[in-house]
Amino acid sequence: MCTLEKRGRVLILTLTGSGEHRLGPGLISSLRSALATARSDPTVAALVTAGEGRFFSNGLDLAWAKNSSEGLSTLVRLVKPLIADLISLPMPTVAAVTGHAAAAGMMLAVAHDYVYMRGDRGVLYMSELDIGLPFPDYFMDLMQAKITDPRTLRDVTLRAKKITGTEAKERGIVDKVCQSASETVAEAVKMAEELAGRNWDKGVYASIRLSVYPKLCKSLEIPQESDEAVRKHFASRL
Amino acid sequence: MCTLEKRGRVLILTLTGSGEHRLGPDVISSLRSALATARSDSTAGALVVTNEGRFFCNGFDLAWTGNSKAKLMTLVSQAKPLIADLVSLPMPTIAAVSGHVAAAGVMFALAHDYVYMRGDRGVFYCSELDVGLPFPPYFMVLMRSKLTKPGTLRDLALGAKKINAIEGKERGLVDKVFESASDVLPEAVKMAEQLAARNWIGGVYASIRMSMYPDLCRSVGLPQESDDEVEKHFVSRL
Repeated sequence: MCTLEKRGRVLILTLTGSGEHRLGPGLISSLRSALATARSDPTVAALVTAGEGRFFSNGLDLAWAKNSSEGLSTLVRLVKPLIADLISLPMPTVAAVTGHAAAAGMMLAVAHDYVYMRGDRGVLYMSELDIGLPFPDYFMDLMQAKITDPRTLRDVTLRAKKITGTEAKERGIVDKVCQSASETVAEAVKMAEELAGRNWDKGVYASIRLSVYPKLCKSLEIPQESDEAVRKHFASRL
Repeated sequence: MCTLEKRGRVLILTLTGSGEHRLGPDVISSLRSALATARSDSTAGALVVTNEGRFFCNGFDLAWTGNSKAKLMTLVSQAKPLIADLVSLPMPTIAAVSGHVAAAGVMFALAHDYVYMRGDRGVFYCSELDVGLPFPPYFMVLMRSKLTKPGTLRDLALGAKKINAIEGKERGLVDKVFESASDVLPEAVKMAEQLAARNWIGGVYASIRMSMYPDLCRSVGLPQESDDEVEKHFVSRL
């Protein structure tokens, strides 16, 4: 489902196989496990997440949801801590969007600090309106945190627009557009290495990220750092 | 005061006559009536709002209010549910602006999902500062929700700047500008037809729109959908 590869101080998490990498209980669990590994490895200083094949991730595993008695609500509930893991990860994160990223798959991508995407193929697409589903509140909070232009947010959520890498860059959803999947990964790794080379205190990095997105953190149930905890970061530097 | 016409799945609401289409009790009442008709028409898939003459809407009917502060406050409180009607309307909305938009008229236009405007004539203008009035809180919440580009809100609200369609497009007030005035309505209707053809579920559309603007919903008295109500949309799809 996913592999972890270490290159120097960068950890590369790859969603494997030629399928849609839909988020079902198995894949969510694998991803959380991988992120826990990243979190606990003191030699790792940046994370890149990529996908094999035509898809980065095509969203929740709706087939699983249909066959399960608890269904869609369960998957929505299980993805929340996965997104929380990324938002609280104590290191810079770069998504290498190597294929289509739809619905929960797009959420996975934009939950990273940097989003690199191939421009030759693949779209970002919130399919919910087309399927007739509203958004879980933490999806909307994540989108509002990362997509601050109202017209872009409207096109993403209220127009269910399929957005290519190039358009996504113009509109502020994507940081860099690359010519191919392999170039996207290579550039993402290069950026991750550059960020790792800044030798930032990982706890402070996470603390700052959380303070940039307070509303999102509350929605993801990431505990707000107390003033004490923040002060500790200061004190440790003196 | 206003007419409602149906073309296929698109409803076209026109502010009629060569006057300023100022919002007084009667105009507000007419508009709300038309919006109620739109809401209850299960075959309608999108709404276009447009104007005859040189004005889209030039603000509150100050001739009616005269010097009476109480009467002005009445209009402020009557316009609130009008804005709420638009923000909760279960279908895409497009303002096809063919003339000046001022003060309360700016709010009326901005409350639509898409704003199309003629390029040769007409400005957006918040006259409040020039006439010595503050903004009703829900006006400000609406502007803050829709105008996030740096400097735009400041120039409009704190600078009483007159912004034409072309500048409006650059600054995020307007989606599309048409050189030829006669193109505005047909193009808006074409877009409305395209949106209607997506066959979105009206209730889900409105639910998503309202979740994009929680502060605005609160300020115009729209009840927030409970998690249960949102979940009902999910359940109904399985």
